[in-house]
Amino acid sequence: MIKTVYPKGRLVAKTGNEVMAEAMRQIEPDVVAAYPITPATEIVQIFSQFVADGIVKSEYVAVESEHSAMSATIAASAAGARAMTGTSSQGLSLMWEMLYIASGLRLPIVMAEVNRAISAPINIHGDQSDTMGARDAGWIQIYSENSQEAYDNMIQATKIAEKAKLPVLVTTDGFIISHCMEVVETYPDEDVKNFIGEYKPDRYLLDTKRPYTLGSIDLQDYYFEHRWQLAQAMRDAKDIVLEVAKDFENTFGRKYDLYEKFMMDDAEIAVVVIGSTAGTAKVVIKELREKGIKAGLIKIRVFRPFPAETIVKDLANVKAIAVMDRSDSCSGTYAPVYSDVVSALYAAGITGPKAINYVYGLGGREINTEHIAAIYDKLGKIASGAEKAFTGIEYVNVRF
Amino acid sequence: MENNNCKIKLSASELPIGDIVEAGTAQNFITGDWRSERPVWNKDKCIHCLACWISCPDSSVKIAPDEKKITVITGIDYDHCKGCGICAKECPVKIKAITMEEEKK
Ligand code: SF4
Ligand code: SF4
Repeated sequence: MIKTVYPKGRLVAKTGNEVMAEAMRQIEPDVVAAYPITPATEIVQIFSQFVADGIVKSEYVAVESEHSAMSATIAASAAGARAMTGTSSQGLSLMWEMLYIASGLRLPIVMAEVNRAISAPINIHGDQSDTMGARDAGWIQIYSENSQEAYDNMIQATKIAEKAKLPVLVTTDGFIISHCMEVVETYPDEDVKNFIGEYKPDRYLLDTKRPYTLGSIDLQDYYFEHRWQLAQAMRDAKDIVLEVAKDFENTFGRKYDLYEKFMMDDAEIAVVVIGSTAGTAKVVIKELREKGIKAGLIKIRVFRPFPAETIVKDLANVKAIAVMDRSDSCSGTYAPVYSDVVSALYAAGITGPKAINYVYGLGGREINTEHIAAIYDKLGKIASGAEKAFTGIEYVNVRF
Repeated sequence: MENNNCKIKLSASELPIGDIVEAGTAQNFITGDWRSERPVWNKDKCIHCLACWISCPDSSVKIAPDEKKITVITGIDYDHCKGCGICAKECPVKIKAITMEEEKK
């Protein structure tokens, strides 16, 4: 385990987990309550070492399950603390009930989440079924393409959560990012601390001068209004995410948006994807561009709130789109990202592009440049009219 | 059941976010109106041992200091008493200063 810390910031070789723990060290939340789960174990393991070594002043609560981890994090946040946790897969599933309480009580909790398949059958490897399962929980969801983004997203998430009064989860793809070493630029502690600023909640339970009741009963009288507030907070969060991204760019020089457009200006065929596979797709696009094929990519960074209004504008003039899902909703029709993209297009009255759905990489199944090149090849044929667009889900690299 | 104290309903934009409610609002909520038996306290029999007060799960036995600053029982808060009868049960056998009577509305 790497215990080296770099208070002055520098270029370091770190895994996704190490760098998320490093971000947590610099943020130095008041409370972290967590339970270890593969492949996210290291994040809280490293962080607990920071606590044990006195490197951070945070309170670490070792709990007996993820349900308790989320409960303790909620309690700490409600009490007025900056609170964080980390988990993955079954761990996130076990938090499910409490996820809704965190968002319903509008607590700005930040979670480091490592995307992993959900049992059964048992699989510890990367896919996005876990966070897609938490899609409607009222948590902002930010996905990372690599370790640098994971680190940057964690820092931004702290500020986003506190401004939006919504919990935020930041993900990396299990093992692909969580356990692979990359060069990451870390920033000085002081700059990170200045960027996130001090946390001053409007109201908190430990404020004995202004006592209040939290988590009371709403029933038919008020529940609906509170849920509307939550949905509205999510809509408003788009601007907050962009505002924080702008601040981040001004401070640290890296640019972020709700999603990334790669070679989209003149693209005729495009892939929409979330997470590490975007990096693989970029390699393919560069090769295709050399051959004069107008291929582009949209990498969704913020999946909740979903950037529907702008994404449709960027896809309107594309002839064929492949939406790649690393999870399957088992709905009998389409997977979650595709459903969001296509409903956004339809609602905006855009029916030009042929949109097709690919499910790939479940349980860590390989997705390489050849698979993605084949998708672009298919898109090219559909765009030119040589082939008809299929209407079901295409499963990439699965044995039938 | 309609809460008489909250006749004006707040809209989604007026409602405090995150289910925040001022502290101590349970006091305004009349929870004693489904009682089927009511405890009747007999002032003359009572020795003010406070056994009923300490046992009441709804904090419905009322107390106050007397002229000598000694805490004494002053009555029952029927707005919140649910008529469980614990006070009557706990009152010392020889005293029995509380009797449960059928609630008549
Ligand atoms: S009947 Fe029950 S609720 Fe009412 S005063 Fe006695 S102990 Fe309290
Ligand atoms: S338990 Fe009986 S005697 Fe004792 S204070 Fe209550 S009513 Fe009076």
